[in-house]
Amino acid sequence: MNSKVADRIATTIFYLIAATIVTVLVGLLGYIIYHGFSKLNLDFLTSPSSSFRAGGGIGNQLFNSFYILFLTMVFTVPLGLGGGIYMAEYARPGRLTNAIRTCIEVLASLPSIVIGMFGLLMFVNLTGWGYSILGGALALTVFNLPVMVRVCEDALRTVARDQKEASLALGITHWHTIKTVLLPAAFPSILTGAILASGRVFGEAAALLFTAGLTTPTLDFSNWNPFDATSPLNIFRPAETLAVHIWAVNTQGLIPDVREVADGSSAVLIISVLLFNLLARWIGSIVHKKITASK
Amino acid sequence: MGQATATQPVMEKPVFDIRNLNLWYGKNLALKDIDFKIYNNEITAIIGPSGCGKSTFIKTLNLMIQNIPGVRMSGEINYEQTNLLHDRVDLVDLRKKVGMVFQKANPFPKSIYENVAYGPKIHGIKKKGKLDEIVERSLKDVFLWDEVKDRLNTSALGLSGGQQQRLCIARAIATTPDVILMDEPTSALDPISTIKIEELALELKKNYSIVMVTHNMQQAARVSDRTAFFLMGELIEYDQTDKIFSAPSDKRTEDYVTGRFG
Repeated sequence: MNSKVADRIATTIFYLIAATIVTVLVGLLGYIIYHGFSKLNLDFLTSPSSSFRAGGGIGNQLFNSFYILFLTMVFTVPLGLGGGIYMAEYARPGRLTNAIRTCIEVLASLPSIVIGMFGLLMFVNLTGWGYSILGGALALTVFNLPVMVRVCEDALRTVARDQKEASLALGITHWHTIKTVLLPAAFPSILTGAILASGRVFGEAAALLFTAGLTTPTLDFSNWNPFDATSPLNIFRPAETLAVHIWAVNTQGLIPDVREVADGSSAVLIISVLLFNLLARWIGSIVHKKITASK
Repeated sequence: MGQATATQPVMEKPVFDIRNLNLWYGKNLALKDIDFKIYNNEITAIIGPSGCGKSTFIKTLNLMIQNIPGVRMSGEINYEQTNLLHDRVDLVDLRKKVGMVFQKANPFPKSIYENVAYGPKIHGIKKKGKLDEIVERSLKDVFLWDEVKDRLNTSALGLSGGQQQRLCIARAIATTPDVILMDEPTSALDPISTIKIEELALELKKNYSIVMVTHNMQQAARVSDRTAFFLMGELIEYDQTDKIFSAPSDKRTEDYVTGRFG
């Protein structure tokens, strides 16, 4: 009788906790989207921002965000995959491995503003690049790498041990086993992890304040030569991303429609991250089906 | 064991000749002074209670045991004039010749065809025609061909447990080994699938040597030519299967096979 009552109470409590979490999340999401949705139109999404007058858009910021995200993933995915493979398959248990793991964990929990300051030292001052897309992407790589290593390591570890044994027992070398058995089996979770990490990178502001900067030069979207100063693809130009833009207009914006721009930007940011998450699940399940069933 | 070999006049050359094999997991001695011979075209059963070292022993034969950190071995495992513990062995070659089937069927999450073709492909067979031939022959050898020939390109995970285990055996023989190690191959299967695997083993021994670890004494009695009884890391008795089950020379063997413990 007592344990039955306790069970019922526990059930109720967990339902309440779940309901609270969902309410907070849905409320927040709904609030942001409700306020920002009216701002969302093609013009807002594509036109450049304005410094003084009302009616500026977020075109450049949106482009910058995706461009920096893209570069960050170009750096992070191969490094993270390599690190994950090392940790899961080659690292022998011992002091060195423990030290590496501790480093990764500390790095993963490093406040992003600290990474921003580190980026300022390394990628802005030391290299002499000034505020640049490349500097921002490298700072975000530092920010994202530990997560990516963990994702890859966990994904490889969750591949059933007997799969690996089966391959080794057929006389297949370790590397070949990793390549043909472990990586394909781990691929869906690695992909999902990478896309989820993208969401985190996309919304990151603090690490970019002092690395990619708060401004965007005038961009000429008809010029795709990456070495031209006005080209959007130039990796050595400063670039304000969407998340940084939200911070900037709120703290130092001179435009009269600060509230609208901030609302609209937040909505775009949130919707993008949401899309990343949905995309992650969708692609993950497709790839999983594709790999496990047959071609 | 001296007696055992005395009652055994066959002077055939063994496939595996193991001498004074000791194995440690860290500081624990898990196999003590094992002397063992495995003969061609026979099924050798290894029985014993859990933790007696029988799975450890079978994994030494293809050196899979070396994947476990902290394992040390001494003695000799002679296979085809090489001492696996002393001479430099190419694991790829060794495992091509000494195949293994595991307790739990572990097909790759790929198509049936890809599962069987995986080994030969990696060992260098590229031609589609040749691979098709190997896949068909291997699946026929394990009596799976008729059941799956129309769905070779569907996932192997869609097969039943017994079919999956036969697929794993097909995968192992696709690389044309000499010896097949089976580590409790039927312990996760239903009785009908078990009988199929046993019949298959009897068929396969015409072409291969089979070493089978089993929990099931009836199984050892039904299929094997020789039986080895392990207890706490020691090889207690190794002899013709009839003799082990009818007139064992060691009291502990008798107690075990008559079900008094274990």
